Amino acid sequence: MTDIRFLTPHTLDEAIGAFAAAQGSARILAGGTDLLVQMRNGVVRPGAIIDIKGIAELTGITEAADGGFFVGAAVSGAALAEHRHFGKAWPGVLEAINLIGSTQVQGRASAGGNLCNGSPAGDSVPAMVAAGAIVIIQGPNGRRQLPVEAFPAGPGRTNLTPGEIVVGFTLPPRPAGSGDAYLRMIPRTEMDIAVVGVGVSLTLANGVVTAARVGLGAVAPTVLLVADAGAALIGSTLDAASVEAAAAACRAACKPIDDKRGTIVYRTKVAGVLLRRTVAIAAERAGGK
Amino acid sequence: MDAIDNKWIGSRTIRPDGADKVTGRAGYSADNAMPGMIWARILRSPHPHANIRSINTAKAAALPGVKAVITAADLVEFPLDKPVMLGIQDMRWMSRNILAREKVLFHGHPVAAVAAISEEIADAACRLIEVEYEVLPHAIEIEDAIAPGAPILHDFIRHEGASSNIASTMVNKLGDIEAGFAAADIIIERSFTTRPVHQGYLEPQACTVSCTADGKVTIWSSSQGQFMVRAMTSLLTGIPQSSIRAIPAEIGGGFGAKTIVYLEPIAVVLSRKTGRPVKMVMNRDEVFRATGPTSGSMSTVKIGAKKDGTIVAAQGTFYIQAGCLPGGPVRGPVGCSFAPYEIANVLSVGYDVVSNRSKVAAYRAPGAPLGAYAAESVIDELAEALKIDPLELRLKNTARKGTKAAYGATFGDVTFKETIEAIKHHPHYSAPLDHAPAEGVRRGRGVASGFWYNAGGESSAQLNITEDGNVTVTTGHPDVGGSRASIANVAAELLGIDHSRVSVLIGDTASIGFSNLTGGSRVTFASAIVVTQSAEKVITQLRERAAKIWKIDPEAVAWANGEAFPAGANAGQFPPLSLKELAAKANEMGGPIGAGTQLTTTGADPGFATHVVDVEVDIELGIVRVLRYTAAQDVGRALHPSYVEGQIQGGVVQGIGWALSEEYLYDKQGRLDNASFLDYRMPVCSDVPMIEPVVLELPNPKHPQGVRGAGEAPLVPPLAAISNAIYDALGKRFYSLPMSPPKVLAVLEG
Ligand SMILES: Cc1cc2nc3c(=O)[nH]c(=O)nc-3n(C[C@H](O)[C@H](O)[C@H](O)COP(=O)(O)OP(=O)(O)OC[C@H]3O[C@@H](n4cnc5c(N)ncnc54)[C@H](O)[C@@H]3O)c2cc1C
Repeated sequence: MTDIRFLTPHTLDEAIGAFAAAQGSARILAGGTDLLVQMRNGVVRPGAIIDIKGIAELTGITEAADGGFFVGAAVSGAALAEHRHFGKAWPGVLEAINLIGSTQVQGRASAGGNLCNGSPAGDSVPAMVAAGAIVIIQGPNGRRQLPVEAFPAGPGRTNLTPGEIVVGFTLPPRPAGSGDAYLRMIPRTEMDIAVVGVGVSLTLANGVVTAARVGLGAVAPTVLLVADAGAALIGSTLDAASVEAAAAACRAACKPIDDKRGTIVYRTKVAGVLLRRTVAIAAERAGGK
Repeated sequence: MDAIDNKWIGSRTIRPDGADKVTGRAGYSADNAMPGMIWARILRSPHPHANIRSINTAKAAALPGVKAVITAADLVEFPLDKPVMLGIQDMRWMSRNILAREKVLFHGHPVAAVAAISEEIADAACRLIEVEYEVLPHAIEIEDAIAPGAPILHDFIRHEGASSNIASTMVNKLGDIEAGFAAADIIIERSFTTRPVHQGYLEPQACTVSCTADGKVTIWSSSQGQFMVRAMTSLLTGIPQSSIRAIPAEIGGGFGAKTIVYLEPIAVVLSRKTGRPVKMVMNRDEVFRATGPTSGSMSTVKIGAKKDGTIVAAQGTFYIQAGCLPGGPVRGPVGCSFAPYEIANVLSVGYDVVSNRSKVAAYRAPGAPLGAYAAESVIDELAEALKIDPLELRLKNTARKGTKAAYGATFGDVTFKETIEAIKHHPHYSAPLDHAPAEGVRRGRGVASGFWYNAGGESSAQLNITEDGNVTVTTGHPDVGGSRASIANVAAELLGIDHSRVSVLIGDTASIGFSNLTGGSRVTFASAIVVTQSAEKVITQLRERAAKIWKIDPEAVAWANGEAFPAGANAGQFPPLSLKELAAKANEMGGPIGAGTQLTTTGADPGFATHVVDVEVDIELGIVRVLRYTAAQDVGRALHPSYVEGQIQGGVVQGIGWALSEEYLYDKQGRLDNASFLDYRMPVCSDVPMIEPVVLELPNPKHPQGVRGAGEAPLVPPLAAISNAIYDALGKRFYSLPMSPPKVLAVLEG
């Protein structure tokens, strides 16, 4: 009954122009693995769909001379997995993105879509937060950037202003001795939504943590950067007491809801358990213990 | 018939439906379309419990594109005081289930239906229907429905002289229960709860219906019985069965759920009103919200035994959810829970409890899994208390020939013992198991057994020889579990011809005789009987034809390897006549060759199963994974072993989901909160190990090929087997399902 216009711009300017002109009735389409499901359920009824996969910048991955990365917002999980270096620098970010859905979904789903969908349970988001990734945003008023943790505004809501599109993510260069990891708790082994998700990024020098960031998902209205957990790890040798202090910081950061997917008590407890496990994997990847 | 002699029976022939299914050609319910077709959608209740004061359809009917609007007033009315039964289904409830009459009884209960030129317009019209409700307090869970002062769903239900939500009581009794417990050295009594679970079929309910100007109705839909579709549609619309032709579509899973209708009578009435073909397809939300899962339950089981392990008394009390209208599977737990054992004193009582949720539907071995969950868990505790191996305890008490079951049967050659021994001697049962393989990880092993009645009943078949000397077999049963493949094996075997020359088809209600539901583990059992008899009649005809050609006595003609040949005194006298040669001469020698059989089959023997499972528990997260699973079952004869194995593996997987992760969750407003496969957690492939079926073939002497039935028994033991394994891992007993991570963690910490 409703007509939907389908636009396939080839430049960012074209896309932003069309998006702004639609005045809120348009939706950006990356992989569509959230958008199409929401349209089918009648949750959203867009008047226009703007497919951003034809825009080179949004589907590219570039590695800077200093080892930093830019990942276009619409790069699919499968395309990112095929990149020769990305998974070596950021195995935790890659495993988080590759956890989304199934093989079929991986051919489409993007980190940009995962973030813009605004779910506190989005799997790539805690790993991106831990990585210290920056979101590049462009809109009618030009380009700006935000740390990933500052992007979500609440369940299903973001800090994008009208007409803005996510261009991609920059990830900083990796010092030697760095490693990251992401773990989620799901009742099933696949095809499920995180009850808790933890991303950890560490840098170790001579067995001592020199940098640490912890991202925590599905336990609050938005994905959280748990600064206290990172602080508890920095300067430590990842001894049991420091790791437990970081776990306690994660539990303290939880502001979960009791719902069909998990109880408050359960989610809080699991946040601490996953922190310990994720730290161990990140440390091993960093070449520490 | 000995397995050694068989060429086709027991072989893994290529499944006849396989190519169509993997290439997407198979025609499921929702795939049908017709010229001039319109669409219907259903308006559903926004309240879990309310009286309907009025329904005003004027605005909806006036919406452009709308062709008809109907309510319960357009269906046949079945007064509340007079049962009208079709099998186990009462049309008083069936009619009120598909369109609410006096009141709405659950969130999602159909209230009206609209046919329009598109689904979108039909949906929009539904939103224009004005319904005035008098909202009533609701009760969702059993404990709320049977509590004093609970909201009463139906004024006509009386229990112990008062208004109640207990719609009926069923009692199975044997011996003297009090004397039995008095004689026991040890008594264990425990209470359990289980949650309602979905059958998990992927194909939603759907149909296309055409009612033509002459009043003839054709229905295309998938179901577990096209004759059930015809009969229920006839009863609910008042159209005679002879004017209705129900054509079975390929079915995308049923597991019991598709033994009743939801849409067909509504679509028929709309098609009759509009003169147009009408199509209806439920979406997944509607399937979850408004079709029947199987019951949740509250039960208490008490078992008394002697020190030596002899069980002397068993008592079970089972409260079973019926959903919003009477008719829960009370017979399952009441009759099956203790049936595997010889117990002199049994009292098994079941209550059918209505509450404000969708009316339950059948699910493999209806009700038996939740009874076995309670009984087999208590038996595990008993074995532990008596320091007897749990399989030995079962062996000591196993039902045998002549054992009287509380549900009434006196067993013939039962083969429960053999399933226990198969597990006892299986390498799995004696394989070493490290109970604490790593920090934070525990492993355990558990066993449990199960019983299902199995069934015979009405079946029809027609076996025809084509003019070119090949074979078509038509039966009246939708093929849910591989019956076409099994029947092809039987027909090829009996006729002595290559399997590729046999095609097996499922007839519609106008082309084959009445055949009862595909359910109760009966179809392979029953259709093999009618196909065997049909094949035997055809072979007789073929021998008569050959005798006529050779001018000898038909008794002197034998049939083997697809040929008639002279036997006895006439042996070698003539060269054999093949099926092709006889078919070519059919016209001159007496006409077309073929025979049918229509029969109420009998001789079904019960099914027994014993399972062993290893689980691993992540004790920090409460996650339980199944590591290894071995399931032994006596199937009598596996006509097509792959399908029998598939039945066992599928049943176990459903049991794993039921035990660990599946449940219907309701919010405080009485609405289903997890109406999708994301939040209704069925296991996915990576959640389950390869399940090893141990297929025992101890032929049923009352069946031509020895078949017993295989489809339901495998879902009976898993719930208790997994619970017992978790106990072995953790040293903590669980008394409620599902054993989901938060619950496991809570028990570990509590
Ligand atoms: C079967 C299945 C399994 C799934 N499993 C998981 C899982 O395990 N974990 C998980 O986190 N998610 C899961 N998802 C959800 C979904 O796949 C992810 O959120 C995915 O990352 C979305 O990416 P997409 O490119 O498909 O987004 P889309 O659907 O294209 O977009 C999502 C939303 O973001 C907006 N958007 C997209 N790109 C931009 C942009 N560049 N700028 C501005 N707005 C934009 C869209 O308008 C839309 O509102 C699953 C989905 C399905 C269907």
